[in-house]
Amino acid sequence: MSGNGQLRGRTAATNPWVRPYVLTSGRTRGAGELLVHALVSAPGYDPQFAATLLPEARALYERACTSTESVAELSAHCGIPLGVTRVLLSDLCSAGRLLVDAPTAAASPLDRNLLERVLDGLRQYA
Amino acid sequence: MASGSTLNRRPARRTSVKLVIAGGFGVGKTTFVSAISEIPPVNTDNWMTEASRTVDPLAVGDAKTTTTVAMDFGRITLAQDLVLYLFGTPGQARFWPMWDDLSRGASGAVVLVDTRRLAISFPAVNYFDADSDVPFVVAVNLFDGQQTHPLEEVRDALRLSGEVPLITCDARDRRSVAGALTAAVSHSLRHSGAGGRHGALAAR
Ligand SMILES: Nc1nc2c(ncn2[C@@H]2O[C@H](COP(=O)(O)OP(=O)(O)OP(=O)(O)O)[C@@H](O)[C@H]2O)c(=O)[nH]1
Ligand SMILES: [Mg+2]
Repeated sequence: MSGNGQLRGRTAATNPWVRPYVLTSGRTRGAGELLVHALVSAPGYDPQFAATLLPEARALYERACTSTESVAELSAHCGIPLGVTRVLLSDLCSAGRLLVDAPTAAASPLDRNLLERVLDGLRQYA
Repeated sequence: MASGSTLNRRPARRTSVKLVIAGGFGVGKTTFVSAISEIPPVNTDNWMTEASRTVDPLAVGDAKTTTTVAMDFGRITLAQDLVLYLFGTPGQARFWPMWDDLSRGASGAVVLVDTRRLAISFPAVNYFDADSDVPFVVAVNLFDGQQTHPLEEVRDALRLSGEVPLITCDARDRRSVAGALTAAVSHSLRHSGAGGRHGALAAR
């Protein structure tokens, strides 16, 4: 990650860009796969595990344990930038602590059945 | 497909679908989303921060950034196991990397235009016309409740191919917004087809 170059001359305390890198150990790759509208839920809440998490990861974990929300909603409600949210959620999913429901990259957003169900659903607003 | 994922996935109990609401500054994107969303459109400062960092660090502190980059999304629960998300795109071209992100996996798009200021929506039309595989419709937001320009004139001015549906809507009216969304999804359905080219591309 060459982005750290722009941090020269500023301290972590005053530079708003430092914290995300710290939080995610510099990783920004590989998290893009989580689509903004992917739904995240939890198989169960583990308070002992929650206590081991940094505040941001903990906030996301606890929020996801109380309701099934999209990546975007979790980011917004926890006040954590989207890129950071994706990395932290990916970690929690890898650890089996959170689950991502469809959509996956493999499921077509243009699936006929899916679109027809959306049309059915929209009819109640017509 | 995308292998190497370490994400813990399971068969979907709930499915989410995304439509993108695009268009130039002030065309009514937020109004459109608010009209039908069951949650107040979520206005995301944090996304703005991220966009500024990755795309244009110099934009930080620019007062204009706040209005133009802030982006909204709304949610509509269509069935117990089906949630529709609407994502508004930030207007400016320099935030196109975010458009790619928002469009990825989208089931369709509505590009809003204001006929009094048609040009501000050119970039959005261009984007979905040329740079994206997401099927889109163009919706004229009827600010004054009436149509001031014949749709054929609008189609010509936007250089829209006959294949792209051009409709009108009132972004403040829920039924009208639902109609625009229905038009978009119906159009996407025409791109659907088994093993269709667009399906694979749109999911890229
Ligand atoms: N009269 C009328 N006013 C509208 C309509 N749609 C939007 N407006 C107004 O137009 C202004 C801009 O609407 P927004 O929904 O904020 O537009 P936007 O596309 O989200 O704007 P940005 O996010 O800043 O690009 C607001 O003051 C709305 O109240 C409409 O159909 N009729
Ligand atoms: Mg807006």
